[in-house]
Amino acid sequence: MRKRKIYLILIGIVVLAFLTGNLSYPKYLNQGIDFLNGSFNVKISHFWDVPFKLGLDLQGGTHLLYEADLSSIEKENYSSAMQGLRDIIERRVNFFGVAEPVVQTQEASGQHRLVVELAGIKEPAEAIKMIGRTPFLEFREQRTEEEAQKILNKQKELEGLTYEEAQKIENWELALEDPYFISTTLTGKYLEKANLGFNQQTGAPLISLQFNNEGAEIFEQLTSQNVGKILGIFIDGVAISTPVVQEAISGGKAQITGDFTVEEAKELVRNLNAGALPVPIKLISQQTVGPTLGAVSLQKSLMAGLFGFLAVIMFLIIFYRFPGFLASLALGVYVALVLSLFKLIPVTLTLAGIGGFILSIGMAVDANILIFSRMREELKEEKSFVIALEEGFRRSWPSIRDGNLTTLIVALILFGLGTSFIKGFALTLSIGILLSMFSAIFITRNLLRLFAGTRLEKWGWMWK
Amino acid sequence: MGMDVEVVSKLIIMISFIKHRKIYFGFSGVLIIASIFALIVFGLKPGIDFTGGSILEIDYQETRPLNQEILEKLNEFDLGTIYVQPTGEKGVILRMEEIDEEIHQQILEKLQDGKELEEIRFESIGPTIGQELKQKTKIVIVVALLSMIVYIALAFRKVQRPLRSWQYGITSVIALFHDILIPLGAFAILGKFYGIEISIPVITALLAVLGYSINNTVVVFDRIRENLLRRGEIFEEIVDRSLNQTLSRQINTSLTTLFVAGAIFFLGGETLKYFALALIFGILAGTYSSIFLAGPILVTWFKFRRGRTN
Repeated sequence: MRKRKIYLILIGIVVLAFLTGNLSYPKYLNQGIDFLNGSFNVKISHFWDVPFKLGLDLQGGTHLLYEADLSSIEKENYSSAMQGLRDIIERRVNFFGVAEPVVQTQEASGQHRLVVELAGIKEPAEAIKMIGRTPFLEFREQRTEEEAQKILNKQKELEGLTYEEAQKIENWELALEDPYFISTTLTGKYLEKANLGFNQQTGAPLISLQFNNEGAEIFEQLTSQNVGKILGIFIDGVAISTPVVQEAISGGKAQITGDFTVEEAKELVRNLNAGALPVPIKLISQQTVGPTLGAVSLQKSLMAGLFGFLAVIMFLIIFYRFPGFLASLALGVYVALVLSLFKLIPVTLTLAGIGGFILSIGMAVDANILIFSRMREELKEEKSFVIALEEGFRRSWPSIRDGNLTTLIVALILFGLGTSFIKGFALTLSIGILLSMFSAIFITRNLLRLFAGTRLEKWGWMWK
Repeated sequence: MGMDVEVVSKLIIMISFIKHRKIYFGFSGVLIIASIFALIVFGLKPGIDFTGGSILEIDYQETRPLNQEILEKLNEFDLGTIYVQPTGEKGVILRMEEIDEEIHQQILEKLQDGKELEEIRFESIGPTIGQELKQKTKIVIVVALLSMIVYIALAFRKVQRPLRSWQYGITSVIALFHDILIPLGAFAILGKFYGIEISIPVITALLAVLGYSINNTVVVFDRIRENLLRRGEIFEEIVDRSLNQTLSRQINTSLTTLFVAGAIFFLGGETLKYFALALIFGILAGTYSSIFLAGPILVTWFKFRRGRTN
């Protein structure tokens, strides 16, 4: 192989190492850029800073599994019932200010279930209460234009920021508010009864509400204050109807007209009266990790990874000398590459995932060990360096292939088990195995080729 | 072939793995019998992943009350047996039957009772979920074992002499069982005397050992296959040479893997601790079987067959 081609490949590897290394850990590069910007009055933008996506067990949070009781529902309506349930719970869950809540339906051994994952939640007990509670009916008044503008501005300011960044800005909570409406004291608490009715002219379904005495008083007050303005009727934070108040209403009767079908109206009435979800649900499994434990776990597993990595590198260099050093460089690129992929895909990192990744560091060097052992044998047979190098790679390939394939097969089967712990492990291990072939074979081989035909190859002690 | 003699003289430091094979078989045999014994007598202690139940870990801000005090406080809940285990400086782990959210909150309140505490983690798993997981795990183990056997049969389908390809397959499966049984036996003993449970992470690690074990055996068999093509030596010598040639790889690879597994065990925190321990047992057993069992079994089988045909 021509030297020029090797140089080109090596330049490619260095560029890759630089990019992935800084993508994995951009702190130092960005500090350098800040320094340059400060001292030379230039404006270089920061390197791409993508955060890792951490699982519940690392950032703290709660994983809830509900079982839905579909006994009152026809079989063909199961999926729509579950869909409805999912939508409602998703709406409720969105209240918690959790970055990316997960609400998924799931079917296992004939049971219909709902998975709710709330990462980074402070009060899981509150969340569980809210999820299982009755629909929340409330009336909201229009905000003044000034107030609305303030909230809209704040929302604009926070646009595009991550959840963590947004929290650093003053009054960030303001952006979570509804810019057009503000809650009143009139809620479902004062509701006596909801009924389904029909508009006598158009035949459209409507919901009539009857408040109790206390509610009726508040309602009268509200309507008198808001003549000519909109009084919004919200259920679970979503506007169902936004009628304009014509006059003050006494007697505590209200009507909700809106863009809904008879079926939907029926369901709303039922939910408002019974205060239930479309189907009853039962919490059958809960896993909650406090933020302290999450942070400790993350720190500990990173420590384990770092020390494992260092031990492997030291071993490679002590036992295989110069090729071991080159393999360590390749292993470094491997780590940067895998971490970058974790960020870009993005892979949700859990403890199990980190475990799989750390294990893959130990396994990744297996290919190098096979190759170097083979090279040593060839060198002992007094073969020239170039031949020993190429033979070492060629002859160890079947073992490398078979070995990685068996681990990959097991990882794929594990993935089929579907438990989140095992999935996380199988995913990172698979990614690790595939990329390790690239680093251990392609990168190490080209680094070694650089020294073929140079004076370095004559120094036997560095190689044997 | 004048050159070969010279080459052989340079590789002369050879350990005979075949000569003392009865000792190696005996050693493994004792461990396997002990493991089976432990599995039958003690059994495995399944974690709440499989049985259902709950774990509550809390950290007291000032001082940790005595286990007895905690148990007395929880007396009114009628929760069957509650295991209280101190952890860290001021932490306590409670293990009990599955509880719902209401009881969970009541327990927390009761434990608080004037003392500042932080809830570190809470898990409650219903029995149906545990049952399902048990079922799924069994299926996965069977599928993984079968796929490994098929893989080996395919990989060695071209090797017909002096043994049939299925004989290589069976041999690697024997090694595989050895590598899984011994860690399981170790966990049965740990479960009996230290209360260490078989959890999902432990199962995951043991399944990873499956791939690792096959990998080790395949490296040896690959070398035997390669040496069979090259020279017309007797089988025993070929196996011995192949084992010697692959020895440094076997040891070094298991060392690097042990380094990382050890790092996880000592530094990686509670969840990954027994995951790493299962890996360590599996790696040790796997390395032993690939060096001292797989090749020698092939030779024994070969001699047995030859003895019969003669």
